Amino acid sequence: MSEPRGTTGAGEHTGIEGRVDGPPALEEVRVAAMRPVLESPRWWWPAVAVLGAIVVAGIVAWVVQVGDGLGAAGYNNTAFWAVYEADLVAFIGVSYGGAVVSAILRITKATWRAPLTRIAEATALVTLPVGMLFIVPHLGSPWRIWELVWPPYWNLSSPILWDFFAVSTYLLATIVFFYLPLIPDAAIARGLLEPGRRGLRARVCRRLYQTLGDRWDGNPSQRRMLHAAIGLVAIMIIPMAVSVHSVLSFAFASSSRPGYAETIFPVYFVVAALYTGVALVVLSLAACRRLYHLEAFIHPRHLVRLGFLLVAFGAAYLYLTFTEYLIDGYSGTTGNAAWVRQVLIGRYWIPFWFYFVAAGVVPLVIMAVRRLRTGRGVVVASGLVVFAMWVKRLVIVIPPATEPLVRSPLAATGVLAGNWGTYHFTWVPIAITIAATAAIPLALLIVFRFVPILPIAEMEELAAGLEEPAETAGAPVLRGDQGPGSAPVVIGASSFRTSVSLPDTTGKEGAR
Amino acid sequence: MTRLHGPEESPVVLGRRGFLRGAALGGLGLAGAGALAGLVEAGTPASATTSAPAKAAHQWAMVIDLRYCNGCKLCTTACQTAHYLHADQTWIDVFSMRDAAGDSYFMPRPCMMCEDPPCVPVCPVKANFRTDEGLTLVRQDRCIGTRICMNACPYQARYFNWGPPRPAPRQPFPQEPAWPVPQVEGTVGKCVDCAAMLPAGKLPECVSHCPMGVLYLGDLESDVAVNGLGNTIELSTFLEDNNAVKFKESYGTHPRVFYIPGDGQDLDLDAEST
Repeated sequence: MSEPRGTTGAGEHTGIEGRVDGPPALEEVRVAAMRPVLESPRWWWPAVAVLGAIVVAGIVAWVVQVGDGLGAAGYNNTAFWAVYEADLVAFIGVSYGGAVVSAILRITKATWRAPLTRIAEATALVTLPVGMLFIVPHLGSPWRIWELVWPPYWNLSSPILWDFFAVSTYLLATIVFFYLPLIPDAAIARGLLEPGRRGLRARVCRRLYQTLGDRWDGNPSQRRMLHAAIGLVAIMIIPMAVSVHSVLSFAFASSSRPGYAETIFPVYFVVAALYTGVALVVLSLAACRRLYHLEAFIHPRHLVRLGFLLVAFGAAYLYLTFTEYLIDGYSGTTGNAAWVRQVLIGRYWIPFWFYFVAAGVVPLVIMAVRRLRTGRGVVVASGLVVFAMWVKRLVIVIPPATEPLVRSPLAATGVLAGNWGTYHFTWVPIAITIAATAAIPLALLIVFRFVPILPIAEMEELAAGLEEPAETAGAPVLRGDQGPGSAPVVIGASSFRTSVSLPDTTGKEGAR
Repeated sequence: MTRLHGPEESPVVLGRRGFLRGAALGGLGLAGAGALAGLVEAGTPASATTSAPAKAAHQWAMVIDLRYCNGCKLCTTACQTAHYLHADQTWIDVFSMRDAAGDSYFMPRPCMMCEDPPCVPVCPVKANFRTDEGLTLVRQDRCIGTRICMNACPYQARYFNWGPPRPAPRQPFPQEPAWPVPQVEGTVGKCVDCAAMLPAGKLPECVSHCPMGVLYLGDLESDVAVNGLGNTIELSTFLEDNNAVKFKESYGTHPRVFYIPGDGQDLDLDAEST
């Protein structure tokens, strides 16, 4: 997957294992989309076993923590919030990729997104519950977590309760957003599942497809309704996604604590979530492309395009970081100046500057240098972003939590003034964090044993010229200056090629 | 100079509660009518003690005379002994400070028992509450351990139980918010002004164990304060005559702990200039 030129013409697929000589045919979409369901690769069970073992190890670590108390996770009275809060923010943040790829790119009518949507939405669907689960190790008394869903105890002025409402709503929207495009696919997949196939999984699949796609026959009114619904959810899920991370940031910002009480926090958190969300989608796409042989549909240039989105968010995040640190440091009030200095040149300088290099500068360089701007380059950048942004979340959470709030005024301006607290990592949160990381590919491996990995109906509609924006708008199904009959079969990588090779003026979007 | 607000005197500034109520009236709430009703409801009971004359017989306060504190920390150990706390749970802590002239002094810091406590509205399960006598207490059988109150407290006066609490023998009072002994693992604990002992006419442990008479327990209703040496003062006159200040008053928390600065210490760290 090395495609150095991102903006040149069609027909160069030499680097892709020789699979693609021309645009993939319609049947190829169905075959490729159902391959993970119908075929059992040799690596599947070993992979599930290894990832499952890691997840079980994390659960064991949590049980140990429940037995010993939160102190086992390295917390103390001078570091009352630390790694689980960073995990919560980071793991809910990576679920934003689904909203970006499926909602934003759908609304902006970027048709090249089509082969990516199912993987992006599935990634969002599995990461969000994993992120939500971090509330459990975060709590000191997890056995009383039921109080959060017990309305008589609700304190509606608490940002934590707002978090709870916002994230729950977003989870519901994510499920709906995954479910809607699956309806026509289920009807198609039902026909592709051989009738003679036996076994528990085949039965579950058959039942699933029947439940989801039973009443779908693809008539125009159904299509219109589905497109309208998807379009509506796509628009609704964006403010929901914005609200989730804004409200998560309120839990920090609605206080008087220097370093947390920042009006920039909601924007800062949302942009960070979009940034890591795109990065995780890139990783997810690259892995699925390799493992499930989707080279014909997911082209390195898809990744490069997402790479541009990635660095756009990355640059915005770098700018917000700069703004926050400059103003807090410049104002010189005791509390703010102290934490900024601790982060930049004090006890937290290593994680901060690691973020700056790995998720601040390197992705920009990779996308700026033409030789590095390849699928592989974007994957490397995304891996760095996902890890370094987790580190950055630690830098957001820990320094203000460890800052002394009662201290001698005179000494307060010194970097080491007051009794700064210390958070000591222990094996418990590390094991739980690694387990949560492993849970994401594990859940994806399982999800794609049951649902088609490509959005079959959407790709076929695009190929057939039944593009949804035209239809939802009630316009005749004519696109651009090409007659419906002469429209190229645009699926997957080739659709991407079309829109890239003929930018704006003659592309199918351009004539509008 | 710092002005003192008695309980009968309503603060003019727009406080946290006022903001919330304003937000509710302005329809700014995100969560719809239910949340708005919740905000108003959350604001109402406590504000009754702030603005209207309190119905309770007492309004507890504390006076800390910094001129006489020698940093012996007997208050801290007495408190930890009585409440069976771990060494890092310094419900009343004594900080070693340095004033603008470079001289050192010691500053005991119990819970400030704020009139507008930031820790109360942030708890998702209403585990924090303020009594009609002006004490902020924790329901440890309710607390789920989010620790967002520790984030909210500008005085770092809240301490978590990171592991099992110290075992305590049978106590003279039932285990309740007013006497949270023994502590409960996985919940937040804090200074309670020894609330269970006050009705019996006993001083809090820290006050009665201070050999220098630094700490006074006061009652804003009867305008009297008493220290461990048996000195009784007329509260309002004493505060007026000695230029009492409150800690971080610019935060709008309206603490009910009054510090008597010996050498013009300014305890409002935001206003501090160095």
